[in-house]
Amino acid sequence: MLEFTCVVCPWGCSLIVESENISGYSCSRGLAYAKNEQTDPRRDISGTVRVTGAAHPVIPVKTSSPIPKDLLLDAAELLRKTSISAPIKTGDVIIANMLGTGIDFIAARSIEAV
Amino acid sequence: MIYDVIVIGGGPAGLYAAAAACGNGAKNVLVLERDGETGGILQQCIHSGFGLHMFRAELTGPEYAERALEMLTNTGIEIKTNTMVLSISEDRTVTAINDHDGFMELKANAIVLCTGCRERTGGAIGLAGSRPAGVFTAGAAQRLINIDGYMVGRRVCILGSGDIGLIMARRMALEGAKVEAVFELMPYSGGLRRNIAQCLDDFGIPLFLSHTVTAVEGRERVEGVWVSQVDSDLKPIPGTEKLWECDTLLLSVGLIPENELPQAAGIEMDTRMGGLIVYENRETSIPGIFAAGNAVHVHDLADFASAEASIAGQAAAVFNTDKGDSNLKTVNIVAGDGVSYTVPQKIRPDNIEGAIHVHGIHFDAKCDIFFRIRSNYEDAVIEVHSESEVLEIKRGHMTPGEMARISLSKEFIKNSDNITIKVVNKC
Amino acid sequence: MENMQMIDALIIGCGVVGTAAAYELSRYNLSVVAVDRLNDIAGETTRANSGIVHAGFDPVPGSVISKLNVRGNELLNKLCPKLDVPYIQNGSLVLGFDDTDKNTLKELYHRGIEYNVPGIDLISADKARELEPNLSDEVVGALYAPSGGIIGPWELAVALGETAIKNGVKFSLNTEVVGINRTENGYIVKTTKGDFETRTVVNAAGLHSDVVHGFVKEPDFKILPKRGQYYLLDKSAGEIVSHTIFQCPNKLGKGVLVTPTTHGNLLIGPSSEDVDCCENTDTDAETLRFVVDKARHSVPNINMRECIRNFSGVRAAADTDDFIIREADKHFYDLAGIKSPGLTAAPAIAEELISMMDASGIELTPKDVFIDERRTIRFKNLSNEERAELIKKNPAYGRIVCRCESVTEGEILDAFNSPLPPTTLDAVKRRCYPGMGRCQSGFCAPKTIALIAKRFNIDPLDVEKDRHGSFILTGEKGRDL
Repeated sequence: MLEFTCVVCPWGCSLIVESENISGYSCSRGLAYAKNEQTDPRRDISGTVRVTGAAHPVIPVKTSSPIPKDLLLDAAELLRKTSISAPIKTGDVIIANMLGTGIDFIAARSIEAV
Repeated sequence: MIYDVIVIGGGPAGLYAAAAACGNGAKNVLVLERDGETGGILQQCIHSGFGLHMFRAELTGPEYAERALEMLTNTGIEIKTNTMVLSISEDRTVTAINDHDGFMELKANAIVLCTGCRERTGGAIGLAGSRPAGVFTAGAAQRLINIDGYMVGRRVCILGSGDIGLIMARRMALEGAKVEAVFELMPYSGGLRRNIAQCLDDFGIPLFLSHTVTAVEGRERVEGVWVSQVDSDLKPIPGTEKLWECDTLLLSVGLIPENELPQAAGIEMDTRMGGLIVYENRETSIPGIFAAGNAVHVHDLADFASAEASIAGQAAAVFNTDKGDSNLKTVNIVAGDGVSYTVPQKIRPDNIEGAIHVHGIHFDAKCDIFFRIRSNYEDAVIEVHSESEVLEIKRGHMTPGEMARISLSKEFIKNSDNITIKVVNKC
Repeated sequence: MENMQMIDALIIGCGVVGTAAAYELSRYNLSVVAVDRLNDIAGETTRANSGIVHAGFDPVPGSVISKLNVRGNELLNKLCPKLDVPYIQNGSLVLGFDDTDKNTLKELYHRGIEYNVPGIDLISADKARELEPNLSDEVVGALYAPSGGIIGPWELAVALGETAIKNGVKFSLNTEVVGINRTENGYIVKTTKGDFETRTVVNAAGLHSDVVHGFVKEPDFKILPKRGQYYLLDKSAGEIVSHTIFQCPNKLGKGVLVTPTTHGNLLIGPSSEDVDCCENTDTDAETLRFVVDKARHSVPNINMRECIRNFSGVRAAADTDDFIIREADKHFYDLAGIKSPGLTAAPAIAEELISMMDASGIELTPKDVFIDERRTIRFKNLSNEERAELIKKNPAYGRIVCRCESVTEGEILDAFNSPLPPTTLDAVKRRCYPGMGRCQSGFCAPKTIALIAKRFNIDPLDVEKDRHGSFILTGEKGRDL
């Protein structure tokens, strides 16, 4: 039996997985999370990348969908090596197909050029 | 010129207050923001978890801030950034400065205070030892990393397992720091369970409950922190102290409403949480001055602060045309056993009209009471005592980390002078 | 750097005593250099003490202190308004709790009369509570001294130092004295920044004054560092008392006091502990608890939830238990063992220095022009009209950096342009107060760091909090911490 906390929303349900049997979830996203966590655990992350020509030196970015959990630190390292220039719009792809996952890092805010 | 409504603070609460004021008929609405842009602390909260209630989407802080600002597009609401308010007064005069308008004396028919909160510091919790560089409140570190683009340390200990502490543990780990441990004074974490899972467990960061940092070591930069286990009175247990080597200590030890302006203006404070005493429509003890968001009390979610601000903004717009009846009957909401405070603290039943709707979400504002409880309950029952009846509401698990909320009908409230809210264990 | 041009006086130590000496010497046609081993003046005892201007009734009869305390009080009264030093003559009360205390109060009263302490009076418990409604019910009587006051301690040193510089004194920071050689005409003082040849040496080295003395003469005194721990409370607690409240002195010193500060906060402390190292400014929970207990003995309803900081300072008491003010060797002057009330006595100590120099044949001709005035802008204390004018003239005063203390960018830029520009976060705080408030720099530190980096054209990663090595930011690649 495996017991862990669902992270898909702030509710944080306690999920219980017993071989094929999954319980403790309160929504379909929770059920999907519980299934995935066994075979292909994934997480959303956010971070910052350097931006030039803007009022701030960095701009927040986030994953367009959850990435494999064991790539979290590599993804963060990739962000540290990335620099872009303003202007940027929320949702702009900052790093496409990150680490070959097919998932993008997208801008989490707009920033004007100054 | 007299503004219909001046909103002080352009964070989530301020933006929602301005939008609600505007949406309810106020014409000249001005938002005064001390930072260089609106959004407040959301701009540094780059993690997801915002907007589930307001936007039905899980957004990062900056995305929430951007959407909130977009609501004000084409409303004619004026926003002054980099503008610091120096004082407010009973006659609803606001003094403020910035570098292009200079010193301003602004008049308003109604004011909404949305000044947010600040962090408790090491000094406030009596942290002893030396005073080197490397001790940061979690929010200050978050700003330096997420807005200014600097790192603040390489080997980190964190005191306090509220959400900010947990989120900063993950943030530091992602930025390549070694996060040694998170220590929590209480026997339970004040943060969301999912944050313990995704911020600590995912990165192998240990959480020590019933532990506290007693002293800092290091002359120029932090070299370590002394940690002790605490007893049931939260006092360090002699003999349990251990030195944890680190170069950085982050403190996530609580938030305090920022209320220097209303305090100086003589507005009645709620000393229990450092917030303000407000009526059902978030009016303070001075007529025409309203307050909302973390300035009133520290909310769990920006969404809730925004919703509260919508109530205040609407009321400010109404006050602009109708000063209201100052002789309305007032019911006191009393925090009884197990409850540390309530918001609102006073209700004028005659002001309770319909519910309001914000972004399609029913928010039964004027009869909703928010409160915090003092300790954990496994099988809690909320008792609401009016002078003639007692309501019992079963709640199951309740914790001080999560704001509790009940809805009371006008009918229930209107015949009492005092309504007392208690929390008891079922058995 | 070689400094082989002969100077008239080298002052070692830029605390309040060294800067007072510099100020006093700058009246005369002398070439004077003041050195300090730290990166700012007022970096040790002067930065962390009670900030009290003592009335002067408690020194032991016949002591050097008994002469200089009352004189220092008198001098500060005139000096502070001239040099824009925060100073309030709020009066002090010494509380008595039993018959023994009552006898002590009588003794102190008689000393006060003998030393000409103005207005000193023995008052009843009722009268004391009339002055201070929050005093303990156990008070049985008090000694009232209207000339007691409170002062900004490091502000005094900054004001004296800046004025001395305007009058020609040179300051050399980050300059540690490593040895002193006697020469035919005076001394060669060896420092980490080269040698200084000087006719006279002023030893104002505080906690290190015994070591400096030892460079020239056989040691005949020893500094016994005494640490005092304090709690500082928020301005919201600052009005619980208006006078400085002492308890009867004992063998450990003047005991724990409760006082408002010139900044409007409440200060309680100090403890008194022997420490082996003058760098040891740690605090500890047990001693801080003692401080609270003692303070509540005087004023029971102090609310420790209002506490914003604890700190400690180390006092430079000598084993002789008195100030050591003398010409220790020809033209080598000790201003040593300056324990409490050293802050009060500092201007009087500097006067003594001048008399000693005069007596030992140093020619002292007053300058034709002596600048004896200083004004700083404190935005917070201005009227709205003055604020409006100021921002019109310089928009930097329209940008608030520290919201708790309402400090503007203009004030910080003023400090950068002052004769003693602050180079660290704490030094900026000591000039114009960003970070002194309830958030303890959580909100303003990033802005202040950026301003320091810009002013000195350095990387923000190289900005320090306080002493050399106290780096705040680590940067991407990571700094060796």
